[in-house]
Amino acid sequence: MIEDPSVPALVEPAVEPAVEPERYEFRAPAVHHFELQRRDFFKFLGAGVLVVCALRDLPAQESGARHPGGVGFFEPLPKEISAWMHVSENGTVTVYTGKVEIGQNIRTSLSQAVAEELRFPLGDIQMVMGDTQLTPFDMGTFGSRTTPTMNLQLRKVAAAARQELIGLAAKKWNVDPQRLEAVDGRIEISGKRKSITYAELVRGQQLTAVIPADESLIPPAQWTVEGQSIPKVNGRDFVTGRHLFPADQKLPGMLYGKVLRPPSFGATLVSISAPSFDLADNVTFVRDGNFAGVAAASEEAAVRALASLQAKWSQQPQISNKELFSYLKNNPVETKGFGGESRYETGSVDKDLAASEHQLRQTYTVSYIAHAPLEPRAALAQWSGNTLTVWTGTQRPFAVRTELAQALQIPEDQVRVLMPDMGSGYGGKHTGECAVEAARLARTANAPVKLVWTREEEFTWAYFRPAGVIEVAGGIHSDGTLAAWEFTNYNSGAAGIRTFYEVPSQRIVFQPTRYPLRQGSYRALAATANHFARESFMDELAHAANMDPLEFRLRNLKNERLRAVFQAAAEKFGWSGAKPAPGHGFGIGGGFEKGGNVATCVEVAVDRASGGVQIVRVATAFECGAIVNPDNLKNQIVGANIMGLGGALFEKIEFANGRILNPRFSKYRVPRFSDVPQIDVVMLDRKDIPPAGAGETPLVGLAPAIGNAIFQATGTRLRSLPLVPDSLKTA
Amino acid sequence: MANIIKLRVNGVAHEINADPQTSLLSVLRDRLDMTGTKYGCGEAQCGACTVLIDGSPRRSCVTAVGTAANRHITTIEGLDHHGRLHPVQKAFLEEDALQCGYCTPGMILSAVAFLKSNPHPTEQEIAQAMEGNICRCGTYPRIVAAIQRAARKRAEL
Repeated sequence: MIEDPSVPALVEPAVEPAVEPERYEFRAPAVHHFELQRRDFFKFLGAGVLVVCALRDLPAQESGARHPGGVGFFEPLPKEISAWMHVSENGTVTVYTGKVEIGQNIRTSLSQAVAEELRFPLGDIQMVMGDTQLTPFDMGTFGSRTTPTMNLQLRKVAAAARQELIGLAAKKWNVDPQRLEAVDGRIEISGKRKSITYAELVRGQQLTAVIPADESLIPPAQWTVEGQSIPKVNGRDFVTGRHLFPADQKLPGMLYGKVLRPPSFGATLVSISAPSFDLADNVTFVRDGNFAGVAAASEEAAVRALASLQAKWSQQPQISNKELFSYLKNNPVETKGFGGESRYETGSVDKDLAASEHQLRQTYTVSYIAHAPLEPRAALAQWSGNTLTVWTGTQRPFAVRTELAQALQIPEDQVRVLMPDMGSGYGGKHTGECAVEAARLARTANAPVKLVWTREEEFTWAYFRPAGVIEVAGGIHSDGTLAAWEFTNYNSGAAGIRTFYEVPSQRIVFQPTRYPLRQGSYRALAATANHFARESFMDELAHAANMDPLEFRLRNLKNERLRAVFQAAAEKFGWSGAKPAPGHGFGIGGGFEKGGNVATCVEVAVDRASGGVQIVRVATAFECGAIVNPDNLKNQIVGANIMGLGGALFEKIEFANGRILNPRFSKYRVPRFSDVPQIDVVMLDRKDIPPAGAGETPLVGLAPAIGNAIFQATGTRLRSLPLVPDSLKTA
Repeated sequence: MANIIKLRVNGVAHEINADPQTSLLSVLRDRLDMTGTKYGCGEAQCGACTVLIDGSPRRSCVTAVGTAANRHITTIEGLDHHGRLHPVQKAFLEEDALQCGYCTPGMILSAVAFLKSNPHPTEQEIAQAMEGNICRCGTYPRIVAAIQRAARKRAEL
């Protein structure tokens, strides 16, 4: 057996996130190259107890800094800290984490984790998130990693703080800590004869505790705050319009930026001339290498100034989406290591395939699609001497700090990035190009500059979910068991590429290729493409074997968690025994990724005359271990399915010769109210399994389920995403 | 080209020196510091910039500020009364009908206007009326539920 470590394993994910090869944006060169010449905790925090969570197990003598029932002093603090928390003498608890809130509601779910273990009122917990000056380093908010890692770490931090507070009270009252209990922000002596608030307890103290990785936690079965449907903690700020998103940030004397975009990808700026601008517009014009832009007194003035620039560009011919799939197939790139080829092989694929009862071979394709977060990229940059502060919408504030430092050629410790809760990202805001542009303009303007990308810029100059070609071959025995499985993904990525079905002989390959558009992470990554191909192909095999698609899957599936979601979805849907009405079809699809298990059943109705496809209803079952917040989980599952509808049915980036042809909502269709079918959700709560993330995986079963349902309704097998960009007549 | 435009926003009179062709959206956001009204597309396709002008929903990104002069403009900042939320705002919270919340102000104002014209809508009528508002996070079913909840609350009054 050859096992490549870069192929994600099917078992529980490792603690350190494996970075999937399709996160192309992580290793792409920086977009801008400018030709430039060039804590003290308690002082900041005030008195109280500070608890930090070390990323790795500490050596014994260091972890000994904290002793049972007492407060540990630790100097210096360990370098690798994942989170910290401060219990202040004024009654607040502040949690510092590098994770960011982008609509997945971790500000709420992480507060629940702290409230649970600290035994402290949820509403009095402040979460400071994604501020590179105040929060510990974090690689970024992606890969459904917040719940399995940060939720766990904050629970440990809070549990340790609770123990420290009990220790402080025990010392103060000279009693056995065993007699003390933490309840709702107070330490009480059993029998409640005496109690003291956390604030009183920490008054005048400056204590630091470092917790080891093995802190014991409240088991999910005994949760009282986690496991509850707590609504968005700062929801009121959103319904009143008071929340300030990145695009809403302002500073006195701020200018508005605009960037001159090339007419096509890869174009180089040959020459540019700027006219004399209207003095009242207070225009700053910047040309730096291939970058040209303006900052002006108002948005309108900036637009006027930009329009007056006379630029000459040198352009190169490029491929269009007509030749996309043959281009990907014919341009393999031989790279190893991160982002390179990966291969998993076991058994004798060719021999077993040839010897099997039924064999099939098919090719599936996936188009480029856009994240289209409703808030486009936005940044506000301010210089003070040689130090830079940028407020920007990003899922990776620390990576953006690095990007800024490199592009502006200043040390990282002179850059601060703050990330106000933003108008979402879906994996599309991992990079800092807008922040870099605003900072570059602000440097020359000698004033703060805000830059908000237009919708067209967001559709054109961000990055896309990678397109791909997937070739699948499979063979089954006469009893419907799988004999051999061959699966090759060109370009779109390796997430979810391994089959979870039992097959003795497998060859599974991710083949990187050259690609025509800037591409990168997307909610669920290539798990959507790989599940689409795998679960469509499983349907094709089931029909070849003349078996019910659900029965065929279960015959080849041992994983109990996956079997459970398939059975739960089918039961909710009424799969067994039900027959679709004429013109209707049922389809099923499911899988496993990032610690979550999903199965989705779909009923479609096809109008033969128009070729229109309507999704009548969806039943989906999801299980990701112990449920942290049931209502928010349901919100994520339903939202993922609705977002997934777009990529499954009609979303597609059209491009030619280095230009995006549909960079607007009037030309790029996203799901709207009338697209939404009835969606029934079954959530399986496995209190015996640590919680995993849930923002991504619920999406992956939908597209194949729809394609399979269309096949049942019409006999037409669709093998390209989107399935029905216009109507079945043109599909 | 610039001239004085009188605006009445959330009951407060403002005089703005601006080109009348400037979008109402940028005047609200940049001149009046009312950033609850959002930019989403600039072509009246997503509804994030929705405000009420004399009670009717308007996409402020394609509304020239000159055409809004001397009319009653309501933005999300003006919907609550002395801290008491409008029933539609309340219903959005009670249904937790948001994820990132960027579309929320536009959704709420569109819903407020719609419920005035149709106080007892069906699900289909809500979907039809709200079709011009995009929620990329896909909270549509909750928004429908919130609008229905607000309609029920009004009926009970």
